[in-house]
Amino acid sequence: MRQWNKNFVVTGMGLIIPVSIVILWHIFSVSGLIATNIMPSPLKIVSTIVDLFREGELLEHIGITLYRVSMGFLLGTAIALLFGVLNGYFRTIRYLLDPLIQALRNIPSLAWVPLFILWMGISEASKISLIALGVFFPVYLNLVSGIQGVDRRLLEVGWVHGYQGWRLIRHFFLPSALPSFFVGLRSGLGLGWMFVVAAEIMGASKGLGFLLTDGQTTGRPAIIIASILLFAMLGKLTDYLLELAGRRILRWQDSYESLERRKAL
Amino acid sequence: MGIKSIGSHLQVKGVGKRFGNVEVLKRLDLEIKPGEFIAIVGRSGCGKSTLLRLLAGLDVPTEGEVLLDGERVNGIHPDTRILFQDARLLPWKRVIDNVQIGARNGDKARAEEALRLVGLEHKAKEWPSVLSGGQRQRIALARALAGSPRLLLLDEPLSALDALTRIEMQELIEQIWWEQQFSAILVTHDVSEAVALADRIVLIQNGAIAIDIPVPLPRPRERNSDFAYYEKLILDHLMERGAPASVSAVSS
Ligand SMILES: Nc1ncnc2c1ncn2[C@@H]1O[C@H](COP(=O)(O)OP(=O)(O)O)[C@@H](O)[C@H]1O
Ligand SMILES: [Mg+2]
Repeated sequence: MRQWNKNFVVTGMGLIIPVSIVILWHIFSVSGLIATNIMPSPLKIVSTIVDLFREGELLEHIGITLYRVSMGFLLGTAIALLFGVLNGYFRTIRYLLDPLIQALRNIPSLAWVPLFILWMGISEASKISLIALGVFFPVYLNLVSGIQGVDRRLLEVGWVHGYQGWRLIRHFFLPSALPSFFVGLRSGLGLGWMFVVAAEIMGASKGLGFLLTDGQTTGRPAIIIASILLFAMLGKLTDYLLELAGRRILRWQDSYESLERRKAL
Repeated sequence: MGIKSIGSHLQVKGVGKRFGNVEVLKRLDLEIKPGEFIAIVGRSGCGKSTLLRLLAGLDVPTEGEVLLDGERVNGIHPDTRILFQDARLLPWKRVIDNVQIGARNGDKARAEEALRLVGLEHKAKEWPSVLSGGQRQRIALARALAGSPRLLLLDEPLSALDALTRIEMQELIEQIWWEQQFSAILVTHDVSEAVALADRIVLIQNGAIAIDIPVPLPRPRERNSDFAYYEKLILDHLMERGAPASVSAVSS
């Protein structure tokens, strides 16, 4: 009971400011301080979302966007794992590849779009690849730095007990890099959500990004804002799921954060 | 006990080690007979850990050689295990899995047996982060024992523990060594610990062995006047208060 109460308080605190903003927004809309053709009222947005849902369109848009983000996320993470382990563990490979990867990661997402269209057309494959590219960089960077940050003293334990090669990677490098890998996964997922917008703006007939541009071309601000809010909510939700998974997998961690959580519960 | 091993015969021949132009060990000679327990004492920074790392194969001597049963040590040896000053448990593995790291071929039954040997089988499923310092060091000891070492190297493993836990650990180590008959080298700065455990005490000074004193006291050792005699003898040498007459009397 007490636990539940405290959880409730923590969640509630995060809601205070957003809810106040919505209330203010509503008051300004109703009193005519904000022009509704530029910024529709919150009620209008909710009714737009409900209408889209009734027409059956909304779930389809959300579904396809979620599909693209998850596929891109999985693909990007898989490639990042491969390169991260190789580059983190083998110095020669790192010297060969890392500078190139570091240079590529500074290219903004939109700059890739024309190239991906040219190579793969306006297809699912090109969208998923673009998202995977976005996810790749943060996951890769954090994994490499995690692997390189492994405590030498723990590695000595591995050596003394005859651990080498893949067994050393599996039992020592990877688990030790896990916290940093999760940081990478979370920022990778964030980038995945950014790249899906770029991918869907470049040409799509479905998806939240499509809904966004559709709202713009047909001059319906309520649709634009509704899509932005949906992006925010889905992004937050998927990040939360990842955080939960991380907490469970990293429950061995003896950190300030876990202490804080134990106290809060 | 199923975990049985007979000690290695260790010979250190003219071993030197330098880091850059700092010469830490100078042409050091030392021999440990199978099953012997020796203690190495010396001031902080005199090269005790460096010597143990050479014996463990974690570092390579600049000159000279280390022989195990007549064969030159070349890197990590499967019969040699080391207990570090810090327990070095893997935080991401539960206690039993940490011990299993030390078992040959990841033998789980061996790991459980080693854990029983140090009396912590009821902690098998815990995370290392919830253990006390003494318990962690016992887990590390179990990990080392799980591999049935023939040579156990101990680098001040008890120095971070409180006095009571330390004496308990000393008794545990002595008892296990007595049962399993491995050779043991204990680095310590605690003179009474050295006298309590060792067959021979070696003092390192200026990168070489200054003196090598046998301690022919019966085991288990009581802290009586003979014990105090050896304590004072070693301490006097460590502090360079010098009592050459009595030393030659003992070592002859
Ligand atoms: N990897 C290293 N590189 C440079 N100097 C080292 C290294 N390891 C040890 N030393 C030096 O060697 C000396 C002996 O160190 P150590 O063997 O740890 O002493 P102790 O007897 O206290 O265990 C110290 O002066 C230390 O600074
Ligand atoms: Mg030392």
